[in-house]
Amino acid sequence: MNGSLELSIGATPKMTMTNDLSRLQVSPKVRDSDALDAGQTFEVKAEVSELNFFYGKLQALKNINMVFGANQVTAIIGPSGCGKSTLLRCFNRIHDLYPDTRYEGKITLQPSGTNVIGPETDPLEMRLRVSMVFQKPNAFPKSVFENAAFGLRLRGVNGKELERQVEESLRSAALWDEVKDRLRQSAYTLSGGQQQRLCIARALATDPEMLLFDEPTSALDPIATSKIEDLIFELKRKLTVIIVTHNMQQAARVSDVTAFMYLGELIEVSPTKKMFENPTEKLTEEYITGHFG
Amino acid sequence: MSDFKRIIAKRKRQDFIFNIVGIVCTLIGILTLGALLVDLFLDGLPRLNLGFFTHFPSRFAEQAGILSSWVGTLLIMLVTAATAVPLGVAAGVYLEEYARKNWLTNLIEINIANLAGVPSIVYGLMALGLLVYQFRLGQSILTGGLTLAFLILPIVIVATREALRTIPQGIREAAYALGSTKWQVVRHHLLPYSIGGTMTGIIIALSRAIGETAPLITIGALTFIAFLPPPPIKSQAPFVSFEWLWSPFSVLPIQMFNWVSRPDQAFVVNAAGAGLVLILITLSLNAAAIVIRYRVRKRIKW
Repeated sequence: MNGSLELSIGATPKMTMTNDLSRLQVSPKVRDSDALDAGQTFEVKAEVSELNFFYGKLQALKNINMVFGANQVTAIIGPSGCGKSTLLRCFNRIHDLYPDTRYEGKITLQPSGTNVIGPETDPLEMRLRVSMVFQKPNAFPKSVFENAAFGLRLRGVNGKELERQVEESLRSAALWDEVKDRLRQSAYTLSGGQQQRLCIARALATDPEMLLFDEPTSALDPIATSKIEDLIFELKRKLTVIIVTHNMQQAARVSDVTAFMYLGELIEVSPTKKMFENPTEKLTEEYITGHFG
Repeated sequence: MSDFKRIIAKRKRQDFIFNIVGIVCTLIGILTLGALLVDLFLDGLPRLNLGFFTHFPSRFAEQAGILSSWVGTLLIMLVTAATAVPLGVAAGVYLEEYARKNWLTNLIEINIANLAGVPSIVYGLMALGLLVYQFRLGQSILTGGLTLAFLILPIVIVATREALRTIPQGIREAAYALGSTKWQVVRHHLLPYSIGGTMTGIIIALSRAIGETAPLITIGALTFIAFLPPPPIKSQAPFVSFEWLWSPFSVLPIQMFNWVSRPDQAFVVNAAGAGLVLILITLSLNAAAIVIRYRVRKRIKW
């Protein structure tokens, strides 16, 4: 445990997934390291170790240990109430908005080595570095332009530079062509799928290290969903993506690695292909085949 | 089968009876209000000419006007709004967004709701003791405005909080997730999105304040006043003057009260005229509140 943590605090450690998982995952239930593609190398973006999370007296996350690869899409699946959103929301400290929440453990972000949930880390800093897209499209009741521009404005960007970056973010979110003639219109004139892509543009505009998706398509129709899935696939070139989803097909389509959670515990982390074809844990298999959840 | 018919017939009869009872109850309310309005219109309308607005009160009913009282009402409302709006909105935002939810804030919340129901004369007594005797603000427009501001403060606070509560939590989370501080969330999101509800509450509160008589009589508003407060704009620097704040005043409802209590029937007609003006002001304030609410609802749908 200690050895691997020291290693990861150094600049951009490279490690094989095999080594990495076998050393990091202390939870007795996760022991599928031998099943991962041997020799596959990736950079670690975030490392979660011995993470516990509490809502008041209720423990929502129990001893979570896992790594998130840089420029990978990691999907977190599991039945309702398993703690997948809770885990995701640790990364931008959005839990801090609510009273009686408590973190234990460490989430180390690389290459900076910042401990996301450390008391020394300002939640504001994490929210400036890690963006989030929510379940329900939550565009502000402002113009399309102002929605995409808000994060930039908070950082003091304005004038021509602001316009340039807004356009860039709308292009990255595959929305520019649809909205370029209606930038001054209210965001609420857009369709649900467009609004969600606007939220993605808003999240991308500030050039975050990591993008968190919390069931981003659960309120959308299949066509809008597929556009967003394509987008997520594209986005991993630029940044690290974590997506929480109820939809297992979605996890299978967009992610490189899938994590399965149950009752606040991390049951299994595997490359997505393996997870859905040949999961190690019985519980995972039962969930994927629809026996519960 | 006949059993069913009997049961159905009985139920339909009950339905019909309640229908009638409901109509009668509604009519009692509406007709009373309608009769009052019509009576006021019939009595007061002939008095509504330019002279009525530009004359001071007089011993002669035909020459008497409401100049000093409508100016007084206007200035009092100005002071009330200028005080109650910033105080009430700030307190509402603090309680809703900043304060931790614990027994103390619960206690404050309950008491604010109670304050909204305290009889207005009690506010008058409080203002007499505190503002007039303690702070020596005199029986002035300032005192009157502040008294009514205290009176409507709870309404403004409650309206602000209600308006903030209609904003979905997702919007707050989105704003925080982009790295906003609490103040940035309030300033750029919560205040602009809640302004419709808040404005509606403020206008409703003002339209309540505008008809208040008891607290203003308590602090010593005049019933007969034949001069205007000093003008707020002066010809020499610094061009604005706040001397009017210290001026004695009268307001429309007090003027009405004064006229109604006179034996001469002609003064009662004057009172009806003043009442009509007051009602028209209140109705147009309420209409403005409805328009604002409608327009904001059209613009922002959560």
